[in-house]
Amino acid sequence: MPSILFYLFAAITLGFGLLVVTSHNPVTSALSLAASFVGLAALFLGLDAYFIGTIQILVYAGAVMVLFLFIIMLLDIKAEEGKKPNIPAAIGGIVLAVVMALQITTICSSFNMGNVQIKDAPLALTQAGESAKLPTIANDLKAGVLPDAKLMGLTLFQKYGFHLQVVGLLLLVGTVGVVVLSKREKGVKDA
Amino acid sequence: MITLNHYLIVSGMLFALGLAGVIARRNILIIYMCLEMMLSAANLTLVAFSRFRVVDGLPDYAAQSLVFFTITVAAAEVAVGLAIIVALYRAKQSVETESVTKLQG
Repeated sequence: MPSILFYLFAAITLGFGLLVVTSHNPVTSALSLAASFVGLAALFLGLDAYFIGTIQILVYAGAVMVLFLFIIMLLDIKAEEGKKPNIPAAIGGIVLAVVMALQITTICSSFNMGNVQIKDAPLALTQAGESAKLPTIANDLKAGVLPDAKLMGLTLFQKYGFHLQVVGLLLLVGTVGVVVLSKREKGVKDA
Repeated sequence: MITLNHYLIVSGMLFALGLAGVIARRNILIIYMCLEMMLSAANLTLVAFSRFRVVDGLPDYAAQSLVFFTITVAAAEVAVGLAIIVALYRAKQSVETESVTKLQG
């Protein structure tokens, strides 16, 4: 990814992220978070993670943010106008965030292993194609294309098949949990 | 030129922003959004390390699988969390953290 695009998408991610934290209206926050996730997905695409970038947009910017907006509109949450911000908490949050950002920047500036560019870690697609077992992946690799979704699928189902099923079970438990939580108890009057 | 450190710093700043939001904001929904932001920041770190650690000429797909699982768990977490928030709103008519002080003692 050219540097200018990296800085553009990093600015989109962080700028809209800042808007999420500072905006008074929850709807603005939710939409800014969606924009921030789109910027982040672009950064993922720049890192050759096409599958992850796509599901970042589909799952986060799509499904999760729609769920947030749905709840905001369902509960009819108004912008918190006229309310004073919680000054000690705000100061604490800002101080902690600044300290942490400084810490990470300091660590990264002295982290020599991190001083590599993408061109120092080139992908050897044709070479990988020689050793790839599945013909569809091998053909893509030999043609010089990175079959990201196919390789993700191969890794998920070959190496992490059990984990995948556990995550499926987790989603099922989550669904049941949501139904149980949103069910109205008998005899409890809804105020 | 863009190095691995650039990605790590962007990720760290996004995480710090989310942390500031979680501590400073009072609206539980916005706290939840900031949590999602922190999870995504961790994902950016994982994807960056995955791309810069080339295994057999390909990015390290173990890291990207972890990101996949994180996104799935985050989606499940959001669904359950928002159901809890709706239940809380039913009981308290508010989504501010100040309205939930029963455990304060």
